[in-house]
Amino acid sequence: MIKRVLFRNRLLPYLLILPEVLIVFVFFYWPSAKALFWSFTLEPPFGGFAQWVGLDNFRELFSSPEYYESAGITLIFAFWTTFISMGLALLLAIFVDRVIRGLVVYRTVLMWPYAVAAPAAAVAFQFIFQPGVGFFAFLNDIWPGIWDPNIVGADAMLMVIIAASWKSITYNFIFFLAGLQAIPRTFVEAAALDGAGPIRRFVTIVFPLLSPTFFFLLVINVTDSFTEGFGIINVMTQGGPGGATNILVYKIYQDGFIGLDLSGSSAQSVVLMALVVLLTFVQFKWIERRIHYAE
Amino acid sequence: MIERTPILNAVTHTILGVGLLVMCFPLVIAFVAATLPYEAVIDVPMTLVPGGELLENAVKAWERGEFATQGVNSVIMTLGILFGKIACASLTAFAICYFNFRFRMLAFWLIFITLMLPLEVRIVPTYEVAGNALLPLQQLLDVLWLTDLVAWLSGVEIALEWNLLDTYWGLTLPLFASATATFLFRQFFLTIPEELAEAAKMDGAGPLRFFFQILLPLSKTNIAALSVIMFVFGWNQYLWPLLITTDPEMRTLVMGLENLIPSEDELPEWNVAMAGTLMVMLPPIVVVLVLQRWFVRGLLGGEK
Repeated sequence: MIKRVLFRNRLLPYLLILPEVLIVFVFFYWPSAKALFWSFTLEPPFGGFAQWVGLDNFRELFSSPEYYESAGITLIFAFWTTFISMGLALLLAIFVDRVIRGLVVYRTVLMWPYAVAAPAAAVAFQFIFQPGVGFFAFLNDIWPGIWDPNIVGADAMLMVIIAASWKSITYNFIFFLAGLQAIPRTFVEAAALDGAGPIRRFVTIVFPLLSPTFFFLLVINVTDSFTEGFGIINVMTQGGPGGATNILVYKIYQDGFIGLDLSGSSAQSVVLMALVVLLTFVQFKWIERRIHYAE
Repeated sequence: MIERTPILNAVTHTILGVGLLVMCFPLVIAFVAATLPYEAVIDVPMTLVPGGELLENAVKAWERGEFATQGVNSVIMTLGILFGKIACASLTAFAICYFNFRFRMLAFWLIFITLMLPLEVRIVPTYEVAGNALLPLQQLLDVLWLTDLVAWLSGVEIALEWNLLDTYWGLTLPLFASATATFLFRQFFLTIPEELAEAAKMDGAGPLRFFFQILLPLSKTNIAALSVIMFVFGWNQYLWPLLITTDPEMRTLVMGLENLIPSEDELPEWNVAMAGTLMVMLPPIVVVLVLQRWFVRGLLGGEK
């Protein structure tokens, strides 16, 4: 944690950490504390005094059907995005790991989507999924009216899930590939000598050794889909049609920023923050005990 | 590969081929659409043969999306975030590794925990702070009655204000703090042999001299890896610029892209929109592909 050889200076270390600690205080802790405070008060949007209302905001939140609807939508979005992107990434990583010829080409081509801004990817996908023009429009040529994400909620959901999964495949792929390549070849070779086929080797050796990576990515993906869906949804659907893609993060933004309901939005923020913190905590504590480590 | 398995090898290359196609599909479609004239892009099904109008569409997108102004903003924001993050993170990591001071661990954890507080979940209060970055200080003074004390003693009312909305400071400063970068620098500094600091001390170098003349030059690879990640991160910022800019002169490219999406009552000129999308996507893609080695290293480093 710390060097044996240290410099002695009373003031300097404080000055060195000052810039970052100040920024963290002003832009992270202060707003988070503010959200917490607002969630227990009734806050007038254009100034004036706040009124302490205890748990009223939360009570209102948890009795609102729209909130549960939005929570359900978030779950669907998070589950499918995580499932599709981790599944495909794992599949691709396993096969890229097998390849000898062309490894660099495959890796390079699979790398670049990471660099694409979510809103830019969203614009491209929006064109592809347009009902009247673009790529998916041919469906409507064959069966008129079968595909319209601007009107049908399920179509819109499918569209944002595909865009969000595509966007996060690369990140998962890089971690899975690194995890696979860190597994000592001797383990797999020994099993092969004992007569285990490729599938058996994967199930009994490779996957258990890959499980730390797997759980790390699982938590990252779920928390990311809570938060990073914002860019994609704001560009593609604005939470619509009829609230069908209104995930929690987007609802916070809409209620607080557009609807100016500071207290209600803050209560939602606090719940989501608690959820993210809880997930991260689960990752650190609980899951780590139940998986294999290579060391 | 361990055994000769011709069938499995064929399957491998087939699956990877399909995978590559799927991953490249959006870019290919965007590219083809960007090269087509308007009449061809609204055809159903759209052709997959590129046309010859890429330049015309790009010029149209450039003008319609005001890419000149926005491009400058994007570059300033990206580089600002990049330098800010690296400066803050390396200084903090240096203090945490090479000094023993009270609150050392507290500072480390304070920064590390911010990983769990993404901007998306605290949008509104962060916006309030951006309206006046000195607000926390002001309210602290108010609570401690120091404002009243000073007003009583000197007759001066303390009213601190620093508005970050629609400024370059607003676009960059709040993103200077980085738990990932601080953590990476710390990990790296811990691997540096103790003898270096010892030798530097014996030769009479102070801590700052050691930092600038020994530690930073040694961190070159680390900084390169971080820079790639931070470039992508900075360029692709969306929510934060969206919140704090209202002035069209302060918009960034990623935000401006939205204006190119044809709305219901306009001509659906998707070819222009796709040309604009390609231009916005390009800089970070080039950085990642050219500096691939550093990119992977920076990304994986954040895990540990």
